[in-house]
Amino acid sequence: MKRAPTHSYPGINLGERHASAHKATEVVTFGFWVFLMSDLVYFGLMFAIYITMIDAQAGGPGPHELFDLKSIFAQTLILLTSSLTVGLAMLALKYNLPRARIVLWFGVTLLLGISFLVLEVRDFMAMAEQGGIPQRSGFLSAFFGLVPLHGLHVAAGCLWLIVLGIQLRVKGMTDVIISRVVRLALFWHFLDLIWIGIITIVYFGGLTYG
Amino acid sequence: MTPSYSGFLGRLDWDALPITGLIQNPNANEIVANAAAAIVLVGVFVVVGLLSWFRLWTPLWRDWLTSVDHKKIGIMYVVFAIVMLARGVLEGVVMRAQQAAGPGDGFLEAEHFAELFSTHGTIMIFFVAVPFVFGIANYVVPLMIGARDVAFPRLNQISLGLTVSSGMMLMVSLVVGRFSTGGWTAYPPYTGAAFNPGVGPDYWIWAIVVSGVGTTLTGINFAVTIYKMRAPGMTFMRLPMYCWTIICSSILIVFAMPPLGVAALLLAADRYLDFHFFTNDLGGNMMNYANLFWLFGHPEVYLLVLPAYGIYSEVFATFSAKRLYGYNSLVIATMSIAVLSFTVWLHHFFTMGQSALINAVFGIATMLIAIPTGVKVYDWMATLWRGRIRFSVPMLYGLAFLMLFVIGGLSGVILANPTVDYQVHNTLFLVAHFHNVLLPGVLFGLLAAYNYWFPKAFGFRLNEVWGRVTVALWTIGFLLTFMPLYFVGLMGMPRRSFSYDDPSFHPFMMVAIVGALVITCALFSVLIQLWVSIRDREKTRVPVGDPWDGRTLEWSIPSPPPPYNFAIIPTVTDRDDFAAAKDKGAAYPTPDAYEDIELPRNTGIGFVLCVLSGIWMFALVWWIWWLAALMTVLMILAVIVWTFDDSTELTIPAEEVRKDHEAWLARVHGEKAVDRDFETSPENRGLARPDLEAVT
Repeated sequence: MKRAPTHSYPGINLGERHASAHKATEVVTFGFWVFLMSDLVYFGLMFAIYITMIDAQAGGPGPHELFDLKSIFAQTLILLTSSLTVGLAMLALKYNLPRARIVLWFGVTLLLGISFLVLEVRDFMAMAEQGGIPQRSGFLSAFFGLVPLHGLHVAAGCLWLIVLGIQLRVKGMTDVIISRVVRLALFWHFLDLIWIGIITIVYFGGLTYG
Repeated sequence: MTPSYSGFLGRLDWDALPITGLIQNPNANEIVANAAAAIVLVGVFVVVGLLSWFRLWTPLWRDWLTSVDHKKIGIMYVVFAIVMLARGVLEGVVMRAQQAAGPGDGFLEAEHFAELFSTHGTIMIFFVAVPFVFGIANYVVPLMIGARDVAFPRLNQISLGLTVSSGMMLMVSLVVGRFSTGGWTAYPPYTGAAFNPGVGPDYWIWAIVVSGVGTTLTGINFAVTIYKMRAPGMTFMRLPMYCWTIICSSILIVFAMPPLGVAALLLAADRYLDFHFFTNDLGGNMMNYANLFWLFGHPEVYLLVLPAYGIYSEVFATFSAKRLYGYNSLVIATMSIAVLSFTVWLHHFFTMGQSALINAVFGIATMLIAIPTGVKVYDWMATLWRGRIRFSVPMLYGLAFLMLFVIGGLSGVILANPTVDYQVHNTLFLVAHFHNVLLPGVLFGLLAAYNYWFPKAFGFRLNEVWGRVTVALWTIGFLLTFMPLYFVGLMGMPRRSFSYDDPSFHPFMMVAIVGALVITCALFSVLIQLWVSIRDREKTRVPVGDPWDGRTLEWSIPSPPPPYNFAIIPTVTDRDDFAAAKDKGAAYPTPDAYEDIELPRNTGIGFVLCVLSGIWMFALVWWIWWLAALMTVLMILAVIVWTFDDSTELTIPAEEVRKDHEAWLARVHGEKAVDRDFETSPENRGLARPDLEAVT
């Protein structure tokens, strides 16, 4: 298995003859990192808002009544596994495995992403049944400002997976498509990172200090 | 009024039109409101009429609206900024007129006055300063770093589209419904649904959110462009000072726009979905808003002024015919300001009840910014020192800036002291201070840039005489308008109040309205200068491309530049590469060989998103839910469909590049070089004579 000796990124295998493709991918990937930094600030601020509002429960239900750690544990496992499957798709890309392999791992990731979303929505509905709606208190507003924002990112990631899956099928492994796969993987791992923050700060932090 | 909140048109009804108010209650206030709406409508009709009359729709679409050329996008940004500037200035004049009407209620209603200061602030910051700064940057930065385009040309077009569509929302708010009365900062709970159930704050929110997305994308684009697209040999310490300020500004955008987006969207959640982030009841906390907003708002003023510092650095060096003094210290000062700007946001609410220690820390952090800024001022003065100075229009703006900006900066140091701030908090002293830094700082810088780079963009120079008149009018107008405000501020006149009863304020207000009228003349003078320059363009053409004996790469190519900027990507060996090449007699080299050049192909995605996001915002403001949902789906679909388009590159054959470049080189060698002392004469065709008695 021969690999490009220089300027190669994990999972990207454009070959030595594609200097311009390498350069283009480098610029686009770097730009995407900058975008993720900006998005990270967004989440960071939502975390800060949540922390300032943990006690602003206004007599409404708090973390102890509302949080279901079993479901959170399941969601965490699902999301972390989905990062693994995206990683496997990237390895398939890196080692020039057949396109079907990438599509397969994409499919598994998509299913995991959707199951995560289903569980999350079920949690929200259970919270609503106990009066845990965002209109109830500042604490719940902050919760529903942050956690569904992550969910929305996951949903966007799922849509991206579907569109990119179609493009892989229609256009094949062009340099542009490969570069998009790289960015999707970055995005997906980024969502995992945010989720770790959510378990730690929103759920554990909420149960500890709320 | 009985609004219907669930109908086909949401809460939109006849009462939303200003003419309804005029019929029901004809008075001066309604006449002003209707006149403003009429100006917008007449403006639209005139533009549509002229475009149709001269059959310009096809060229407009083909050459401009679908263009991804950074140069054209930059020009469109600047045109947009100048249109919005006209509205912002006129609003300022109406406000000054209201105060000049003397103690008592004047001729405007309180609500109307509040709308005026809200739109004036919002427009001047988000729709004049930001697009003007990034319009100039769009035009200049790729040329300065020897690149063919920005890193993401299509994203650039989308950014422009989003900025324009949200600016249009402010225009629409003049004609349909009302704008916010909550100031440009839109503090809740005043802007919350409980106190402000109308459409005003919603116009503000969506204009801010959408233009914020556009600006963030621009910031990402320019950070990556300067980081990754520099010509070979252009190390960071060879980067022109202006590019340094733009990369720092871009980094500020990447980190400072998210807080604004968060603040505006959470306010939207409060207003639309009955959340409790910033409400009075149920655990809301409006201090979170103040923190979020100023966590954006303070870096914002530096992301505007840093590029102006960069422009002045280029202008002082070029028109003193010297290398910029203290380059390294200017770089360090720029980065220090960028970092410090994030540590001072709390000085915007010293009086809102935090501890004295916190106030002291933020007060000191604020004062620290004076240090790198002082370094810059001394570096600029040292650049002028013993230079061969020409008092051309950009230089005159620069000199006015040097003197006036120091006054503004010093009043900032005064305000940074929390104890003083308690005294002048929320008075016109503050208004005087920030106009004192934003006009001579940002606006003069942008106008200097406009005069400096105009011949590069359009191939002919702007009229010098009218340029000088404009500088004088802006300077005198600024002094007359804003210096009196320092005095009345110290006397305790509150800002944002539509009436006052202390007659001792009145003489100052009379001076200020005279100043405002002079500023109006300055605005018209900008337009007259442009008109006269276009009329006389045959006498001021500079096809060779270097009318000012420039120092950086953008002057080494034709004016206007070809779509691909550089026939051959230059290899940079010096900080002022073009100046060094001219000194060595190595400027305008003949290349050995030419290559095919790939350029991004035109696309309509920016325009499509501009229209869709405009309708989306309007639907959200008026609660037309079906339309908002439809537009959301269409925007997502438009982007997805667009990603399927493969034919994104256009190749310009080497032969064509060679033909153009050789024709231009022939012109360079055939043209008579002109000494820099005669650069305003018609002989100046853009070929500067190497200076035999170099001063450095």
